[in-house]
This record gives sequence, structure tokens and C-alpha cells, in this order.
Amino acid sequence: MIGTIYLIIIGLGVVLCLLRMMKGPTAPDRAVALDTSVTVTTALLVLIGLILKRKIYLDVSLVYAVLTFIGSVAIARYLEGGIE
Amino acid sequence: MILEIILVFVMLIAAAAAGIFKDLLNAVIAVGFVSFIAAILFYFLQAPDVAMAEASIGAALTVAIFIIAIKKTKRFEEDEEGS
Amino acid sequence: MTWGWWVTGFGVIFLFLGSLGIYRMPDVYNRLQAGTKCTTLGAFCAILGVGIIEPSWFWTTLIIAVFVLLTNPISSHAFGRASYMSSVSFCEKTKVNQSEDFCRDEDNDT
Repeated sequence: MIGTIYLIIIGLGVVLCLLRMMKGPTAPDRAVALDTSVTVTTALLVLIGLILKRKIYLDVSLVYAVLTFIGSVAIARYLEGGIE
Repeated sequence: MILEIILVFVMLIAAAAAGIFKDLLNAVIAVGFVSFIAAILFYFLQAPDVAMAEASIGAALTVAIFIIAIKKTKRFEEDEEGS
Repeated sequence: MTWGWWVTGFGVIFLFLGSLGIYRMPDVYNRLQAGTKCTTLGAFCAILGVGIIEPSWFWTTLIIAVFVLLTNPISSHAFGRASYMSSVSFCEKTKVNQSEDFCRDEDNDT
């Protein structure tokens, strides 16, 4: 029961990140919103794995934490070249 | 159950935003949003292997490949009148 | 292990506050501050709390938590540097810009 409340609180956090992604004036705003919501989602996946009681679900979270780092660094390296 | 409804609406709004944005980098970021929420929904439907493939291919490699493609071509979408 | 739920709840509150900071802050750099520090602490506590609730999962959750702790500041630093390089303006309450000389030297080198 209390786990469901935690999941809903994290879901509201994802909604706030989506609003910033819609509103953000520049591209780095949107990229920061994506990066934050990825970190929030990693915790969300671990909590869902706790509620569904399967240990195999933790491996998905580990792969997710490793590989989305590549996407964030790719966006940051592109932005670093300047907006021409 | 409530979280799934919230996430489906977030995914729909992000998918609409990916079509609306004129700056292609913002559209790529919106595609990343759609991709990782699809990973969470696969996870809820008890398919962790599909979620792992979606997280690795959709959230990381697609974004990186689109970024490389934008870097090779151009970033801002032009109006229809020019062409 | 009921106190694992308290650790997880502490982390979840910090995750929500980080997302609220992403929505409410006026500037890219302030958003980066809120979104990195709050979500790093929140994700660390939430993931380790799951490891405390189920003691046989502890080492796997510790690996995930340490990985979040390592990669999140790196990507945040890359975003801050990238948004400074692409000349995103500060908000009007900003008083001091200490990284001005640093980036000018960087431009001269390359």
C-alpha cells in the first residue's frame, strides 16, 4: 500500500519534468529535464521491482542506469560545440 | 494502476511534442522521453527483457545516432515555402 | 525491516523535490543544481532502502546506487559546461560569474 503511494509521488515528479520539457525556453533546459527524469526513473524501476517481488527486474534498472548516461553525454557534447 | 494512467498520458503528450517542435534537437529529447516511458510501461506489463532492449536501444543508442545525424546535416527545420 | 521503508520514503521525497525544482527554478544553472543534488541523494536513498527491505538484494542495489552516484554528477557537469559554452543567458538575479576567465582561456587554446 505504502509502495503504491511512493510510486504515485514519483509519477508526479515525472509529470513535472514533462512540463519543464514542454515549456523550457532553450534546448539545455529540455536536456536537463530529460536527464533528471532518467535518474528519477531509475529509482522508479527499482521500486516497481520491489512491489512485483522479482529480483530479475533489478538488472533492467542497472542496464538503464548504464546506457542512458551515453545519451546524456552525447547531447551535452553536441551542445558544447555551440549553436551555429 | 494510477501510475500507468499518468504515464500513458505523459507518453502521449511527449509524442505530440516530438512532432510539434521545430528545433530538431528538442524533438530528439522528446523522443527520448517517449522511449523511456515505453520502457516503464513494458516493465509494468511484466516483460523485463523487452524493457531492457527498449531502454538500451531506444533511450541511449537512438538518441546518440540522431545526434550524430543532426550534427552532419542541420539543426533547425525550415519553412515549407523555401523548398 | 520496517525502517527500510523510512529510508525509501526519504529518498522518494527528495526525488519529488528535485523534480519540483526542475519546474520552479528560473534558470538553467539553478535547475541543474536542483535536479542533480536532490535526485542523486534521493535515488541513492530510495535504491538502498529497497536493499534494506529485501536483504538478499542488497549487493545488487548497492551496485546500482554507486553507479548512479558516479554517473549523475558527470553528466550534470557536462550539461553545465555545454549550456555555458552555447551561451545560455543567466537570470537577472545572478551576481557573480567566476567561470568567465576559464572559458576564455579554453577558447584561446583550441
